[in-house]
Amino acid sequence: MIELSAIRKAFNQGRENEFWALDGIDLHIEAQKVTALRGPSGSGKTTLLTLVGCLARPTEGRVRLAGEDISGLPERFLTEIRRRRFGFVFQQFNLIKGLSALDNIILPAYPTGQPRKQLLERAEELLARLKLGHRRAAKVEWLSGGEQQRVAICRALINDPELLIADEPTANLDSHLAREFMAILEALAGDGRSILLSSHDPLVTGSEVVDRLVEMRDGRIVDDR
Amino acid sequence: MKLWLARQRYLIDFTLASLARRKTRNLGLLFVYTVLVFMLASVTLYSHALRQEAARVLANSPEVIVQRMVAGRHDLIPPGYIEKIGRIRGVQTREARLWGYYYDAVTKANYTFMVPAQGAPAGGEIIVGPALERSRGLAKNNGISFRSYSGKLHTFVVADVLPQASELVSADLVLMSDESFRAFFDYPAGHYTDIALSVANPLEVRNVALKLAAALPDARPILREEVLRTYASIFDWREGIVLALLSAAILAFGILAWDKASGLSAEEKREIGILKAIGWETGDVISMKFWEGLLVSLTAFLLGFVAAYAHVFHFAASLFGPVLKGWAVLYPRFQLTPQIDGLQVATLFFFTVVPYAAAVLVPIWKAAITDPDSVMRG
Ligand SMILES: Nc1ncnc2c1ncn2[C@@H]1O[C@H](COP(=O)(O)OP(=O)(O)OP(=O)(O)O)[C@@H](O)[C@H]1O
Ligand SMILES: [Mg+2]
Repeated sequence: MIELSAIRKAFNQGRENEFWALDGIDLHIEAQKVTALRGPSGSGKTTLLTLVGCLARPTEGRVRLAGEDISGLPERFLTEIRRRRFGFVFQQFNLIKGLSALDNIILPAYPTGQPRKQLLERAEELLARLKLGHRRAAKVEWLSGGEQQRVAICRALINDPELLIADEPTANLDSHLAREFMAILEALAGDGRSILLSSHDPLVTGSEVVDRLVEMRDGRIVDDR
Repeated sequence: MKLWLARQRYLIDFTLASLARRKTRNLGLLFVYTVLVFMLASVTLYSHALRQEAARVLANSPEVIVQRMVAGRHDLIPPGYIEKIGRIRGVQTREARLWGYYYDAVTKANYTFMVPAQGAPAGGEIIVGPALERSRGLAKNNGISFRSYSGKLHTFVVADVLPQASELVSADLVLMSDESFRAFFDYPAGHYTDIALSVANPLEVRNVALKLAAALPDARPILREEVLRTYASIFDWREGIVLALLSAAILAFGILAWDKASGLSAEEKREIGILKAIGWETGDVISMKFWEGLLVSLTAFLLGFVAAYAHVFHFAASLFGPVLKGWAVLYPRFQLTPQIDGLQVATLFFFTVVPYAAAVLVPIWKAAITDPDSVMRG
């Protein structure tokens, strides 16, 4: 589905604190698989996720999506790709405070201009699926960490993306909630949705659900199983 | 197009929710903004209405008034004086007028007693302006007594009350017959207060004045256009003072708006990043903020303008009236005729709404075009 070839990513390029967070990545992320990135802090996992998710552009190398080179596309197209094909679950959840769970969930669909009724129906389905229906009207800041993450997952799924990208999804959860998350992940994988996540939590990386484990260190891939 | 509309509707929904989320801050801003519009609109509405009113007063007055001067002071027009003017080209009518001021100790107000050129009431009857109608509780066929300067009490019957059309013109008028006037003021027979000349062609007014000065060296011609100009400059000057004071307020507001806008809070920046990350385009973010700016500034504009309208036309501009009015001590009490000038509203709108919208948009644009990858890092 997504092919990365000879990807390098520099921060502060050309300045004295220039830093190459990614240094030659070749990776093929397959459809309908759960791929996990593992590696020590600073190894470049988050950076790689931002490149795959079109949140940033590589300094060198190519990103191909379904065969098409997207690394050189202008911002507008990248945004549209991001909206239509990727769903993000951020480590800090990144919900918009002051809005209800439901309003947060339908937010990524606003630019599509779909009828509100349709959006709400979909959001309700997702809420029901993640057993969150009773919290639909609650402001997100009143939700518990686990609930917030489930809202974030619903939001990531509202535009029915091909790939779900999750950065350190269990870092802010206790082991009980982490296991719940893995159950959700398993269900989503069962639907055939492609998932890319990063983690150094053994509960995630050692899980049955993960089809493929990519080991990173110092901006390179050191192991791929 | 339909899609665009649907999209904008979502953005406006989100904007409204955002405004509600930061209630205190936005209400504070709205308040300051409204007060500013209110003050600016009050000044402009008020001075515009005053100017119109003055123009209307003078529109009814003759083009040239001739006063006779004795020892540099205004004196009565003696008998035979008007004939001395003779025929001057361009003068349509000459009319000797009788009028004077009367201080009413009961209401502590000055009235203008006058003998109208046409339609004077019969002897012993008067026609009064609306101010008198109010202050002395007069109505048609009521009797009223005034003590003349010589100490005698004169009783009149109110034959009619003047219409309210332009109060500034007629509020304090008392119209009476020639005989009543002379009897009341002990005015010598054959003498008049001044002479009014009507000149049809405005280009001839100066010529007429020159010829008058030649024919009657002791006369002083007063030209309507000069009076108009004097009024206008007094107004402009007063308006200038108030506007200068207000510019301090405008400056403060500018700083506030700029600060609010450019000092995008970390929270707002984070939200913009999130919205972009989850698929909002830069244009969506900017439109959203545009709607926000427009809603705030339009609301402030409407509230401020309506409040100013009420202030000026229903509460007689009690806040800055005294500064702007000044000259109107002659007319102690009057209501301005409500009027709105389109160009003026447009100017006000331009100077209050546009700068704010710009101040909001510039920093947003900067924030909106940055890469959203920072949201991945908490
Ligand atoms: N905006 C930036 N400017 C400069 N350096 C950056 C920036 N973002 C990331 N880096 C650096 O790039 C390297 C890789 O960062 P990245 O966040 O991808 O690591 P990670 O594998 O996700 O680490 P962690 O497990 O702690 O989340 C780090 O050394 C980090 O300091
Ligand atoms: Mg990371």
